[in-house]
Amino acid sequence: MKATVRVMLKNGVLDPQGEAVRHALGAMGFDGVNGVRQGKIIELDLADGATEAEVKDMCEKLLANTVIESYAIEIA
Amino acid sequence: MKAAVIVFPGSNCDRDLAVAFEQAGADVTMVWHKDSTLPEGVDIVGVPGGFSYGDYLRCGAIAAKSPVCQAVAAHASRGGYVLGVCNGFQVLTETGLLPGALLRNAGLKYICKTVGLKVQTSNSAFTEGYNAGDVIGIPIAHHDGNYYADDETIARLQGEDRVAFTYTDNPNGSRGDIAGILSENRRVLGMMPHPERAADAGHGGTDGVALFRALTGALTPA
Repeated sequence: MKATVRVMLKNGVLDPQGEAVRHALGAMGFDGVNGVRQGKIIELDLADGATEAEVKDMCEKLLANTVIESYAIEIA
Repeated sequence: MKAAVIVFPGSNCDRDLAVAFEQAGADVTMVWHKDSTLPEGVDIVGVPGGFSYGDYLRCGAIAAKSPVCQAVAAHASRGGYVLGVCNGFQVLTETGLLPGALLRNAGLKYICKTVGLKVQTSNSAFTEGYNAGDVIGIPIAHHDGNYYADDETIARLQGEDRVAFTYTDNPNGSRGDIAGILSENRRVLGMMPHPERAADAGHGGTDGVALFRALTGALTPA
C-alpha cells in the first residue's frame, strides 16, 4: 500500500522560497505568475493493512510541523 | 552547577557550548543522542547548534524525536533548566518545549555575523546578569532563524515578558524581531544567536559571558 503526503506551508505563513521562484520566473519572462508556494511530497511504502489514521498520526507527530505546515494524505 | 550538553550527529557547537559552561564554573558532561537518560543531578541541559541529522525533513525535527530528547523533555517538565542555541532552539520548538517555529530566513541567505541584541527581560536565570534594555553583540550563524508564531502566541510571549532578546536590526524576518524566548516557567531559553561564540576575548567579544555566569550563580547552591 502506498500513501502520498503533501506538506505545504499554511496560508499566511511567508514562503520566501516560493517568492524567490516567483521572482525568477518573472525575470525569465514568464508573465502573469501571481504567486508560487513551494512544498514537499513524501511517499510512504506501507505494509498491507496500514490505515489512513496511522498515516495521519505520522503527519501530526513527525512529517508535518502543524505550527507552520498543513498536510494532505492520499492513499493509493 | 552540573551541565549536560547533548551531542547529535551533525552537532557542531557542542564543544564550544561545553567550554562556555566550564569557563563559567560548571561541571559538564557530554550526552550522546542515543542515551535515554541524563546524568544524575544535572541542573541544566544545553542543546547545541549545528545540523542535527543533517537538518533532514525540517531543522530539528528528527532530533526532537531522538531518545535523549524524551529525557530532556522530562527534565524540563520537572522544572529543570534547558538552554537551546540555534539548532538547539529549533529542536526545542520541534519538541514543543517552546512555542512557534523557525522558518527559512526571509532573505533566503545563510547569515553569519555579529548582530545587536536588545535584552528584553532580566527576569530569568539566563538574563539576570544583564539589565533590560542593554544592547549586546552576539554572533548569529543560521539559514533558518526566522521566528514564526501566530498573533495570539506572539502577544502572549510579549504580555508574559517571555521575549528574552530581540534583534536591534532584524536580519531574518523574525516576527516581533524575536531572537530568543523563554518557557512559561522561565527555565527553558531558546535563542538563535550564539552566546558561546562571544564567551572569550579570543572570540572578538565577551557579551555572552554574563549569560553563563548568571546561570552558574543562580544554579549553584551558595
